[in-house]
Amino acid sequence: MAYLELDRVAKQFGAQTVVDDFSLSVGKGEFISFLGPSGCGKTTTLQMIAGFLDPTRGAIRLEDKDLTAIHPAKRGLGIVFQSYALFPHMTAAENVAFGLEMRKVSRGERVDRVRAALAMVGLAGYEDRHPRRMSGGQQQRVALARALVIKPSVLLLDEPLSNLDAKLREEMQIELRQIQRTIGTTTILVTHDQNEAMSLSDRIVVMSQGKIEQIGSPEETYERPASAFVSQFLGKTNDFAATIDRTAAQARVTAGSWSAPAPAGLSGSVTVSIRPERIGFGDTGLSARIVTRIFQGNHWLFQCESECGPAIVIRQNDGEKQPAEGEAVRLAWRPEDMSVRGGASA
Amino acid sequence: MSTAADERNARAPWALTAPALMLFVGVLMIPLAMTVMLSFHDWGQYKGIEPVFILKNWHEIATDPYYAEMFWRTFRIAILTTLLTALLGAPEAYILNRMDGRWKSIFLLVILGPLLISVVARTLGWALLFGGNNGLVNKLLMSAGVIRSPIPFMFTETGMVIALAHVMMPFMVLSVWAALQRLDPQIENAAMSLGAGPITTIRRIIMPQIMPGVLSGAIIVFSLSASAFATPAIIGGRRLKVAATLAYDEFLNTLNWPLGAAVATLLLVALVLIVVGSNALIERRYAEVFR
Repeated sequence: MAYLELDRVAKQFGAQTVVDDFSLSVGKGEFISFLGPSGCGKTTTLQMIAGFLDPTRGAIRLEDKDLTAIHPAKRGLGIVFQSYALFPHMTAAENVAFGLEMRKVSRGERVDRVRAALAMVGLAGYEDRHPRRMSGGQQQRVALARALVIKPSVLLLDEPLSNLDAKLREEMQIELRQIQRTIGTTTILVTHDQNEAMSLSDRIVVMSQGKIEQIGSPEETYERPASAFVSQFLGKTNDFAATIDRTAAQARVTAGSWSAPAPAGLSGSVTVSIRPERIGFGDTGLSARIVTRIFQGNHWLFQCESECGPAIVIRQNDGEKQPAEGEAVRLAWRPEDMSVRGGASA
Repeated sequence: MSTAADERNARAPWALTAPALMLFVGVLMIPLAMTVMLSFHDWGQYKGIEPVFILKNWHEIATDPYYAEMFWRTFRIAILTTLLTALLGAPEAYILNRMDGRWKSIFLLVILGPLLISVVARTLGWALLFGGNNGLVNKLLMSAGVIRSPIPFMFTETGMVIALAHVMMPFMVLSVWAALQRLDPQIENAAMSLGAGPITTIRRIIMPQIMPGVLSGAIIVFSLSASAFATPAIIGGRRLKVAATLAYDEFLNTLNWPLGAAVATLLLVALVLIVVGSNALIERRYAEVFR
C-alpha cells in the first residue's frame, strides 16, 4: 500500500528538463534512497516533495491526499539539509523547540519533547550550546532532532552526511538507521554515496539525468543492475565484450578465451559485467597479466590487462599466496555471477 | 650572524610600514593633537589667538545652553537619520538579496549610484525640489491646489533628516546586505519546513541574524550623520546649526579658532565614545551570531 506516491512527476526549468517521468510509491516506514551523481535531479525531486519547488507535471500524494496543494509550511515533513541550516542565534534546545512552538505545543510538553529528542540523537546535556560551538557531527544531530521532534509524516534527508569525515559518517549511518528503525518514520535520503545508500536503505532509486534507472533493494541493484549506468555507479564492475553463439547444439557465451553455457534469451554481441570480487584466478579462462597489485588490508586489489581490455579483481586476504605484478593469470567466474546486456533477443 | 639577521627581521616590519605610519602621524595625529591643544588657547576680537593654557572655551561650552542645544540637535538628527535608514534600508537589502541575478545587479547599481554623485549635488537636488516657493514639488502641489503654502523642508530638522537619510542609505543597505550574504541559503526553507509562515520567519529567523549588520550599519550612519557637514550646511544653513557647521563657522566666520577647535574636539570625543561603546555592546550581545 502506497503511503507516499509520486506519479509521473516532472520538473522543467525553462527548456531544461531536470526530472522526468518520476514514479515511485513508498510504503509506510520504508527507508528509500535517491542515489545518483550530482545534477541527476535527486535533490530537485526531494525539494518537490518538501514543497520548495512545484512540479511542472505529475502528482505527489501522501496518504491519497494531494501534497502539492498544501503549503510547504503545512506539510508537516521533517527535513535535514546538507548545510544543516540550523538557526545560529538559537541554542540547540531552541532550535529543536522551534517546530513545536510553531505548532503551539504547550511550554511544558515542549521542554519534555525537546529533551527527549536531543537524548535520542545522543546530545543530552547540550541543550544550551549554540550551533557554532558544536562540531559538524553534533550540528548534524541537532538538525536531525529538530526534524524528528515534530513527528513528521515523512523525513527528508538531503545529503545529510556529506559534510562529515569518513569515520564519523560511518557512525552516523549506523545511528541514523537505528533511529529510523526505532521510530519507524518513512524516510527519503538523497545521496551520491553508493555505500551510504546501500547500508541505509530498504530500497534504492538510482537516478541519472533526471530519469529513474532502477528501483530495487540494495542487493538487487548491486547484483542485478538494470543498466550499464547502474552497474558502473554502484561499486566497481568489469564490462567485457562477449558473443553468444546459438548455432551450436548448446548455446555458449564467449569472452576471449573464457566461455560458459549461455543464459536463455539473448544472442549476438553482448556485454557481460562481473563484479571484481566475483572473479577468481584459475587455470582456464580469460588470459590476463597483472599490471598493479595493491594491498588494502583485508583485501588485495589487482589491476589487470586482459585480452578483453582492463579488468579489476578483488581477492580477500585469506592468507593464500597471491599472484605478483607482471604475472600471467587466467580470470574465471561463475556464469550466475555475471549479468548480460545487449545483443538481440533470441 | 644570526643575531644580525634577527635584528634585521625585527626592524623589517617597522621599516615596511614606515611610509604609511609617517603619513598617518603627519596628516592625522599631529593636526589632531594641535586641534586639541588649540582648544585650550585664548582668543580675543582684537588680539587674535593667544597660545596660553586656559579652560575658557570649554567653560563656555559647558555653561552656555546654546551649545548643549546644538549638540543635542546634532545627535537627535543623527539618531533619527539612523532609525530612518535602518527602517528603510534593512527591508531594501532583504528585497535586493531575493532578486534574480540581473535585476539584483541593476538595483544594486541604483542603490550605490548616489555614492558616485557629490553630496553637495544630491542635497542641492532636495533644495530644488522643496526649496520654498520655487521648489519644484512645492510649485506643483500649490498650483494643483493640494497645499496652500510650501511644505516646510529647508531649514527644518525634518528636511535635514530626510536629506541625510538619502545620503547615508547606501551604507546601511550594503552593511545589511553583507549580513544577508552570510545567511545559510536554506535557512528560510528550514524555518518553513518547521511550520513558520513568512512573517514569523523574518521576525524570528532572519531579523536576529541580520541585526549585527543593521547595527554596524547604524554605527556608520550615526557617526557620519553626526559629523556631516555639507547636508546640514545646505539644508540647515545658519539658522539650524549642528556641531560640524558650528565649528566651521567659528573657524572661518568668527575666526575664533580655539572655540571651533573645542567644539570639534568634543564632537570627536563624543562620537568615539558612542561608537566604541555601542560596538562593544553589540559584540557581546551578538557573540553567537558573529562567531
